[in-house]
Amino acid sequence: MAVKSRGRWLVLAIPYLWLVALFLVPFLIVFKISLSQDAIAQPPYEPIFDLSAGWEAFKDAFSQLSFENYSYVLSWDNEFIEAYGSSLWIAGISTLLLLIVGYPIAYGMARAPKSIRPTLLMLVILPFWTSFLIRVYAWIGILSPEGLLNQLLMALGIISPDAPLQILATNTAVYIGIVYSYLPFMILPLYSALEKMDDTLLEAAADLGCPPFAAFWKITWPLSLPGVFAGSLLCFIPAVGEFVIPDLLGGSDTLMIGKVLWTEFSVNRSWTVSSAVAVLLLMVLVIPIVFYQNLQAREVEGR
Amino acid sequence: MSTGVAEKTQKTIGGIRRKFAPWNDPQAVPLIRYQNVTKRFGEFTAVDNLSLDIYEREFFALLGPSGCGKTTLMRMLAGFEEPTEGKITLAGEDLVGTPPYKRQTNMMFQSYALFPHMSVWDNIAFGLRQDRMEKGAVAARVEEMLKLVKLEKFAKRKPHQLSGGQRQRVALARSLAKRPKVLLLDEPLGALDKKLREETQFELMDIQMELGMTFLIVTHDQEEAMTVADRIAVMNHGKLVQVAPPAIIYEQPNSRYVADFVGDVNILDARVESIAPGAVTLRAEAAPDMSIRVSQECPAKVGDTVAVALRPEKLRVELDPPADPSVNCLSGTIWDIGYLGDLSIYHVELPNGTRVKAAKPNLTRMVERPITWDDKVYVSFTPDAGVVLTS
Repeated sequence: MAVKSRGRWLVLAIPYLWLVALFLVPFLIVFKISLSQDAIAQPPYEPIFDLSAGWEAFKDAFSQLSFENYSYVLSWDNEFIEAYGSSLWIAGISTLLLLIVGYPIAYGMARAPKSIRPTLLMLVILPFWTSFLIRVYAWIGILSPEGLLNQLLMALGIISPDAPLQILATNTAVYIGIVYSYLPFMILPLYSALEKMDDTLLEAAADLGCPPFAAFWKITWPLSLPGVFAGSLLCFIPAVGEFVIPDLLGGSDTLMIGKVLWTEFSVNRSWTVSSAVAVLLLMVLVIPIVFYQNLQAREVEGR
Repeated sequence: MSTGVAEKTQKTIGGIRRKFAPWNDPQAVPLIRYQNVTKRFGEFTAVDNLSLDIYEREFFALLGPSGCGKTTLMRMLAGFEEPTEGKITLAGEDLVGTPPYKRQTNMMFQSYALFPHMSVWDNIAFGLRQDRMEKGAVAARVEEMLKLVKLEKFAKRKPHQLSGGQRQRVALARSLAKRPKVLLLDEPLGALDKKLREETQFELMDIQMELGMTFLIVTHDQEEAMTVADRIAVMNHGKLVQVAPPAIIYEQPNSRYVADFVGDVNILDARVESIAPGAVTLRAEAAPDMSIRVSQECPAKVGDTVAVALRPEKLRVELDPPADPSVNCLSGTIWDIGYLGDLSIYHVELPNGTRVKAAKPNLTRMVERPITWDDKVYVSFTPDAGVVLTS
């Protein structure tokens, strides 16, 4: 009995140890840096906790911590709040576009004959076999003024050869990049919600006098909402902090918090401010995550 | 063929219980007509050139094994399948090409198909709201339906908060709410346990009579069909084998298939020996030393090979031969006994090895029965017990 319960504790402990060592500890380190001040030193911040210097030194170091960086980040004079807002906006619009593009695809997959569904799933997952970075780079080749898209439109005579479409380095390119990259994360939860739906529910609706389009809004859509929320959060949360896509495809006026954080860290060399930006980003995102958790708990209860 | 079979089909119409048999009335106009309907799925023919009339206020059962086409036949009436050939009319109106949401039929699904995100109330109101029925009228009808199925207290619950029997009632209320011309019931009681199923069968009959609606039920459970239906259609391989009231299906099956599918039966191969008006004498292969008399008009000629169907409860098993010489009698030995409490089933082996089953009600309280294994016994039955089958 004792051996058995010890074994159980061990099994339970491993994931917790993992979370503590690789998520909680790094977060606390970042949080501590966000409370420190910049310094010309190695590492470039102070105070540094050094237990060998004794208890008094430790207490002294502790008293030097402050929320100064947070008030700096949150002040209206700087562009941070604007960047947070712009990130949320771009992520929100992208999520909406993902939903508009992803829902019909997931619906089509769920209604497809059972025999070809695994193939369709495979096709959705297939792009993951190529590096994310390479796929985003490929979009530069498509969207640039002399890229494939413009060449095609010119060849078809839709646009004149002297006025190529300026898509690269605009927010449009960022939307295209996010929608393209995150589409599987939207499709898969939607597909799983739509696929388990009982077809006889639609027959029942038709039988009770409901034409197909109305039946979609009254039956299919509400029953797919868990998938809609799951897919939206899976896309929205990483999109808010997205760095690679706005950096490669966006222009100088594309303001996203990921880019700001990177500039703060590597150009301004301010570890402390970038840590504060990161911690605040986490706080902003915790809200939808908690919301999602609640929703899931409610759904489990509903079964 | 009517030899005084008691008709269980009576309906209370205008407060009086009356014999209900519009199918015997040449003036009666059927409500539902299947005319030479064929349905093929690729190579497979589910329904094969089938014609069937169903009358208003009738409780009609489609009975058959799975894959016999009974569900397809019903789904064509609901509009979920279109016939490959033929015509289906409801109250004189051709249904072919009409989508399900425009048909005046409602269906109770085998899985119930309740909308999981809606309350009981909203589920029942769904069809009424589709018809843009005025709010007060919707509420009144929903309340009425809840009362009918005794679920007033559960109106606010979601389907997953109900028991199987309660869900079944919600499904019934939902399909009845629109007062359809025909209610279609697809194996409606299949998911309920035996006791609840039997109770619900009687409730279904009460509701059908109270609302005066036409019910079409699909089932593979012959007892269920016998209990609820005015008429039963026994189906096999997409064709109707026999369409008749339950008592005729049971007592006068028209084929080995029907006799065997509905209830328990002994089927003996026999040759027609002589024919008289209203009487046939046969010689069974299993008992060549005895002739068997059956009181019915013979459907075959002298010398033809036919079959005699004998229901186990119509056979008597005795240790002594019967005194009355007009009673048919076969001798054999007890091969096995099945004690069921209310009945004992005696398996009697005839001289050539054929075994027949005889059911004997245990009328008295007795632990030791006088008849036991390997006893030499006489199986006797009156001339009106057997049925001669030609197919």
